[in-house]
Amino acid sequence: MKTSRWWTVAGVVIVAYSLFPLVWMLSLSMKPPSDIVSGEPQFLPTTWTFDNFKEVFSQSLFTRALINSIGISLIATLLAVIVAMFAAYAIARLEFRGKRLLLSLALAIAMFPQAALVGPLFNMWRGIGIYDTWLGLIIPYLTFALPLSIWTMSAFFRQIPWEMEQAAQVDGATAWQAFRKVIVPLAAPGVFTTAILTFFFCWNDFLFAISLTSTDAARTVPAALAFFQGASQFESPVPYIMAAAVVVTIPVVILVLAFQRRIVAGLTSGAVKG
Amino acid sequence: MSTATKEPKVVVSERVKGERRLGLWLTAPSFVVMILVTAYPLAYAVVLSLFNYRLTDPGGREFVGLNNYWVILRDAVWWNDFMTTLIITVVTVAIELVIGFMFAYVMLRIIRGRGPLRTAILIPYGIVTVVSAFIWRYAFALDSGFVNQWFGLTDFNWFGDRWSALFVICLSEIWKTTPFISLLLLAGLVQVPEDMQEAAKVDGATAWQRLVKVTLPNMKAAIMVALLFRTLDAWRIFDNPFVMTRGANNTETISFLAYRQNVTLVNLGMGSAISVVLFLSVVAIAWVFVKGFKTDLSQVRGDS
Repeated sequence: MKTSRWWTVAGVVIVAYSLFPLVWMLSLSMKPPSDIVSGEPQFLPTTWTFDNFKEVFSQSLFTRALINSIGISLIATLLAVIVAMFAAYAIARLEFRGKRLLLSLALAIAMFPQAALVGPLFNMWRGIGIYDTWLGLIIPYLTFALPLSIWTMSAFFRQIPWEMEQAAQVDGATAWQAFRKVIVPLAAPGVFTTAILTFFFCWNDFLFAISLTSTDAARTVPAALAFFQGASQFESPVPYIMAAAVVVTIPVVILVLAFQRRIVAGLTSGAVKG
Repeated sequence: MSTATKEPKVVVSERVKGERRLGLWLTAPSFVVMILVTAYPLAYAVVLSLFNYRLTDPGGREFVGLNNYWVILRDAVWWNDFMTTLIITVVTVAIELVIGFMFAYVMLRIIRGRGPLRTAILIPYGIVTVVSAFIWRYAFALDSGFVNQWFGLTDFNWFGDRWSALFVICLSEIWKTTPFISLLLLAGLVQVPEDMQEAAKVDGATAWQRLVKVTLPNMKAAIMVALLFRTLDAWRIFDNPFVMTRGANNTETISFLAYRQNVTLVNLGMGSAISVVLFLSVVAIAWVFVKGFKTDLSQVRGDS
């Protein structure tokens, strides 16, 4: 009994470790810009305000970036999940030459230094006219999300009792019914979990976002944060940047709160176990 | 597999052929995307790296052979960035491994509040790296930060000196990525057989002996995989130094140098050479892990 209490105390310490910087971010985002002065800045605001959020949402630099971030991340995630789904099915169910090769290639891509590509991609994208477009970011996101998607989904697919499909057909279901009523419900959690992890990956990117965009046509929020200015040049941009940071953190927090179990299962099964 | 090699000539049935064909068709899109978007640009970078080529002066493009590489390897900037990257990698990975293991152990043993703990620990994992960098930068900055007030440092400028700036960069990196490493370690930790622990306990082993002699050896594979992934991830660090210092005060990393030469200075010849050297350095690190430390990657790849 005594020891179990100590584990709980240790757990509380870890929760504080994880959440303390978030409290700081929230506090900064609700400070009036006049709180940011060289002097003795405090942890909490002198007065709490939501004006920074209003200001951020009134600037097209941010709203455009938010639309870009959401659109690009969702499309790249969808494409990665579809492409990876075919591969994961093949890896989990079929015997064929090239299986090991694909898994090794995925491993190589996962370790690939992305900064080594910004130069050639920058040059190539300008050549074929997709520099500073959604497509120009979707392509590298899709590519670098694929290893994670393939591993996670094939790990989930391996655990599916595929015989049930035949069992359902023996019981009189058509092939389509067996697939829709038996396989889809079994596979859906794995596909969905993979989509969450892939979305996190695309949502997080900064290197490609600043290298392959130049205007708000395709600039995502992480890249826009680096360009953000205050309401006027005499004001500190800090509370605005933090307000924007809070906004891009909200989807992460919602997904984590709703799907904690799945994300943990996805991370641990996909990355370490086969 | 071993049986197949002994037999004279196995007649491959139509079913097996069909399965092989379907397998190739289903994996073809993945192959095509991954190769087209990485191998082709990399090959292009290798070609460009042999030229003296600035986008601002396209007419002055000329073949210079391996000269760009020679220039890089004799340049103080490269070695400075190399050392910065090396220091960040060694420090963050070492600290993350220790803290991550402690976190994993708590996640394994805790009974009350297991769900909330895992939820909380996923927040740093999921948060955008740039956001993490801004959070920590503003915590230490002179005009916005609370750190100097809390620790009585008055007007100490954290970003005015190489080592204190690297400290903040490492702190942000460690905060954000320790949860990931702890989840990988947790996956290894749950595979350590509980009865071995009990047996060691009965034999009178202390908690420390059980950790070093039973737990750690049994999760060696998970530890090595976590180490490899985090080492390569740290080696590619870019976001944190960019947001915190923009590379000032000797805090530029190799990825940052590649970005600066290619995108900011559009010095594509030299930039490509740096890209190629960066790629080779990653290959070298992976090689050391696989051959030198005998890291078993079959589990990661998912070979059955």
